[in-house]
Amino acid sequence: MTKETPSQTAGPFIHIGLAPEVADVDGMRTLGTRIVPTDASGERICIEGTIRDGAGELVKDAMIEFWQADATGHHAPGHWGRASADFDTGLWTLKTVKPGAGRGAPHITLYILARGINIGLHTRLYFADEDNAADPVLVQVPEPRRDTLIAQRKGTTYRFDIVLQGDGETVFFDA
Amino acid sequence: MSFLPRDRDWHPRPYDPRYKTSTTRAPSQPPLRIGQTASELTGPIFPASDIGPLDHDLLANHGPGNPIGERIAVHGRVTDENGRAVPHTLVEIWQANAGGRYRHRNDHYLAPLDPGFGGCGRMLTDAEGRYRFLTVKPGAYPWPNGPNTWRPAHIHFSVFGEAFAQRLVTQMYFEGDPLIARCPIVSTIPDPRAIDLLIAPLDMDAATPFDHLAYRFDIVLRGRDATPFEGAP
Repeated sequence: MTKETPSQTAGPFIHIGLAPEVADVDGMRTLGTRIVPTDASGERICIEGTIRDGAGELVKDAMIEFWQADATGHHAPGHWGRASADFDTGLWTLKTVKPGAGRGAPHITLYILARGINIGLHTRLYFADEDNAADPVLVQVPEPRRDTLIAQRKGTTYRFDIVLQGDGETVFFDA
Repeated sequence: MSFLPRDRDWHPRPYDPRYKTSTTRAPSQPPLRIGQTASELTGPIFPASDIGPLDHDLLANHGPGNPIGERIAVHGRVTDENGRAVPHTLVEIWQANAGGRYRHRNDHYLAPLDPGFGGCGRMLTDAEGRYRFLTVKPGAYPWPNGPNTWRPAHIHFSVFGEAFAQRLVTQMYFEGDPLIARCPIVSTIPDPRAIDLLIAPLDMDAATPFDHLAYRFDIVLRGRDATPFEGAP
């Protein structure tokens, strides 16, 4: 048995490799800027939020990857994308279709990369306007921390703020 | 079918006071262990049409002209812990130029940008899990962690594998670099055998005479549970 290659932080210049258009590196196609095809069926939604560290500071150099089921609850190869925190405001935005329920409640898988994060952080986003009571993963999360995984709806936009450390710390998974 | 548990003691410590930024960005709670579901057992598939013809060649994919620096190939195989090749998976790299400067608006190091170098590369592994990039050897550079802290020359790697559970982002270092042992980011990895896996040896057999040297960096992703049949006794 060979051991897994160990992780290292993505560092502050992750955009050069994973979102070259954000770093102003010319000559590369965009990859992951559109999470679903323009003709994907389902409810069009927007999700936005910020990432804060243990000192309450905005993490403006982070990138998030998203992996989700399509509107029927199946994981199609294309429903994957990336969003970078804005360098000035720290806000990230995802435009997608709302995933359908599979064996659990509708959710989006997130993978967070940034300077100071030595191994990527895996979490999930659930929707406040869905029935999450029986979700097999959410029920394993201690009840007082479940709210950290639930996006709140305002109109067609959901808000999902991530806290890396300390009060209100988002639940991260090892799966 | 599921993926083997990740050995978190083999990976870097999330919180390490020697790497200052980790002290405010590492979660204070350990990650919650959950069973793998469809979300972790599937992952994106990238078609060949996502990759441009020069994406693997950082000597040519930016321009104008060729970059300054030591021309190298970086190549290797992506396998899993069971030794199986991971074919047709996306490998992305990024790096500083030969002077240690990144093409990024937040890098203010005094070393100059190189008009011939972007620093971004992408390719899919072949049917045997092999990849090969052409680039220049990146320079070391200082960073604000301590009064005189320098990063060893390194190339950032991102690999997807066949499912979300295999996602890996790491850094490759170069054999013989005295800065490796002094680096607070390298030393977040507790086991020296794990660090060794990130140090690419010079590979003269893969060098092209009168053109470029080569370094070999093999990448191992999480393996699969060997249980042959679900429900077998």
